[in-house]
Amino acid sequence: MNLDLQELPLPSLPAGTAGRVSRIHGGRGMALRLARLGVRPGAVVRLVSSGPFSGPLLVEVEGLRVALGRGVARRILVRPLP
Amino acid sequence: MRRIALVGQPNAGKSTLFNALVGYRAVASNFPGTTVELLRGKGLVGGRPVEIVDLPGTYSLLAGDRAEQVARDFLTSGEVDAVVNVVDASLLGRSLELTLELAELGLPLVVCLNMMDEAQHKGISIDSDALAELLGVPVVETVAARGIGLKRLLSAIPQARPARPPRYSADVERAISRVEAAVESVTEASGLPPRYVAIRLLSGDPPPKSLARIGLSGEMKAAREELARARGEDPALVLSAERHAAALRLFERVAKVGHARVGWRERADDLLMHPLLAYPLLALILFALFWIVFRVGGILEGLLLPPLEGLSQGLASLAGGGLFSQLLVGAFQGLWAGVAIVLPYLVPFLFLLALLEDVGYLPRVGYLMDALMHRIGLHGKSVIPFLLGYGCSVPAVLATRILEDERDRLVTAALAVMVPCAGRAIVVFGLVGRYLGPGWALFLYLLNLVVIGVAGWVLKRVFPGAGPGLILEIPPYRLPALRTLLGKVWLRLKDFVVVAWPLLVGTSALFALIEALGWTGPLNAGARVLTWPLGIPAQAGVPLVFGILRKELSLVMLTQAFGTADLSLALSQGQMLVFAGFVLFYMPCLATQAALGRELGWKRTALVLLFTTGIALLVGLLLRGVAALI
Repeated sequence: MNLDLQELPLPSLPAGTAGRVSRIHGGRGMALRLARLGVRPGAVVRLVSSGPFSGPLLVEVEGLRVALGRGVARRILVRPLP
Repeated sequence: MRRIALVGQPNAGKSTLFNALVGYRAVASNFPGTTVELLRGKGLVGGRPVEIVDLPGTYSLLAGDRAEQVARDFLTSGEVDAVVNVVDASLLGRSLELTLELAELGLPLVVCLNMMDEAQHKGISIDSDALAELLGVPVVETVAARGIGLKRLLSAIPQARPARPPRYSADVERAISRVEAAVESVTEASGLPPRYVAIRLLSGDPPPKSLARIGLSGEMKAAREELARARGEDPALVLSAERHAAALRLFERVAKVGHARVGWRERADDLLMHPLLAYPLLALILFALFWIVFRVGGILEGLLLPPLEGLSQGLASLAGGGLFSQLLVGAFQGLWAGVAIVLPYLVPFLFLLALLEDVGYLPRVGYLMDALMHRIGLHGKSVIPFLLGYGCSVPAVLATRILEDERDRLVTAALAVMVPCAGRAIVVFGLVGRYLGPGWALFLYLLNLVVIGVAGWVLKRVFPGAGPGLILEIPPYRLPALRTLLGKVWLRLKDFVVVAWPLLVGTSALFALIEALGWTGPLNAGARVLTWPLGIPAQAGVPLVFGILRKELSLVMLTQAFGTADLSLALSQGQMLVFAGFVLFYMPCLATQAALGRELGWKRTALVLLFTTGIALLVGLLLRGVAALI
């Protein structure tokens, strides 16, 4: 079974659904900045809304709402949760 | 005197608590990053005076942006006797990570579970006795915004003691012990626990200032490399994940999560952040803001202006025609203008701004603007200085400290000083809003956004480089207490009354003197380089020059320069538009220039001044063209 097939970049998650973070592509700085807000491998992230004009994404993680720029969100890989 | 530090994650309510403990001193808002420097105040604990220090919000004691470093350096400086860890109880699981870091730091600690009402709303019940037991420190429940639990907090502070630090997985503990053994001999003098120093060095952070000369020995490097190899990750991330797991275990032992009530605060984002509806709603909210400021301001001005004008004329006829009496009348006119022209628009504006801030809409505006900001090569946390700029440019410039990158700080500061502060809002409302209507005032604000966008685009070409992407906490909507709103309005108004009024009175008297000496002519002639291309009367030159001291002065002195409070007699509508448009952008006021100088250095400040004045001239010319059409 190849689980990687189910991995999606965060912006591809349908709005209103949740996914579990599997990997974060990015330097130490970005990974740490995300970890501070609870976005880290293993965390469950729900996509609340994604802004138009390739604007940022609004996600909810551990009860907190976080705005993520597109560029950042694309480097976060998630596995969709049912 | 004992020194007590308020430490917590951004937006946990530290500044609100600080205000409640020492009286209104700090601007507290419902968005992260409002406090960027240490704020000190005096309070009473157990009948004895103590110094209470409000620290910038910090997610972690690991190095972050400059505001976070300020917090960390202060905590490790040895100047702190006790720490009150302010925790947003509704985000307890995540907040405990910082609590555990504070436990590692070993300072006497009290945990303040703030926003207990929010936690209840979210269906989280917390056994604070169990938490106190597990951490080994006093835990107090509060709702600082409503003044609940403050007495209990104050009486708990003398009982502060170091908390029990968490234990991690065996391999991490082994690595910590190795580094600990290597640093133990040097840490003793600094008073910092060797375990804390070991964890900090293991995370790859520089050593604390008091231990600056500590070198990374071979043993430390080996421990770091071994951990990184075993886990396949940077040790900083390993430690962060370990601490996260420890915080979660602690959370599960002391808290139960039941059903959250879902009300308007959770649903509001479905509308206000809706991909399509968000922008029309933003425009609607902004227009409502302008309309209310304009209407309320108009009513207040109508009440205040006639009696004060009568008084001023009465004084003039009583005083006679000597130089001294002219000075007296001038000074009185300044005072009168400060009351009757400035306050009517300033008070409703500040109130509504405070409301938008504290409800939590302002960071959402930042979110909605990110797509635009991205295009102008600025993103992420730059929105916070921009949003603060609508209140006053000085905190906006200081807030650029939350940006990690030097280039981002310069570009953000250069653009943020063009955001119209409350002083410039007065010129817009008192001139354009009053004589041309609120629609034109809104037009100037929107034009301002567009110009900042274009200027940003230009700066991106001059200073290439992409800032880090947006990662911003969006706080929940909150219903602010009227008391905190009024406190904030008062705090900002106090600055106006204390700084601007004496300046208004002084410069008005000075202006009367200049007039009496017959110097206005040459001065206005000198300012003709500005007024001539803009197509506004020469008499408006001196008010423009004096506006550098304080932006509201431009409007106030305009009434003095023309000798009438009804400016429609002296200026056409188009000229008013040009004048206000120029004031929006040209040179920031003296206080802002000083802040810029401190944050960026004087050379760069001079660049910012030239840049903004150039833009102001361009905008003025553009508006002259627009005015020709109306």
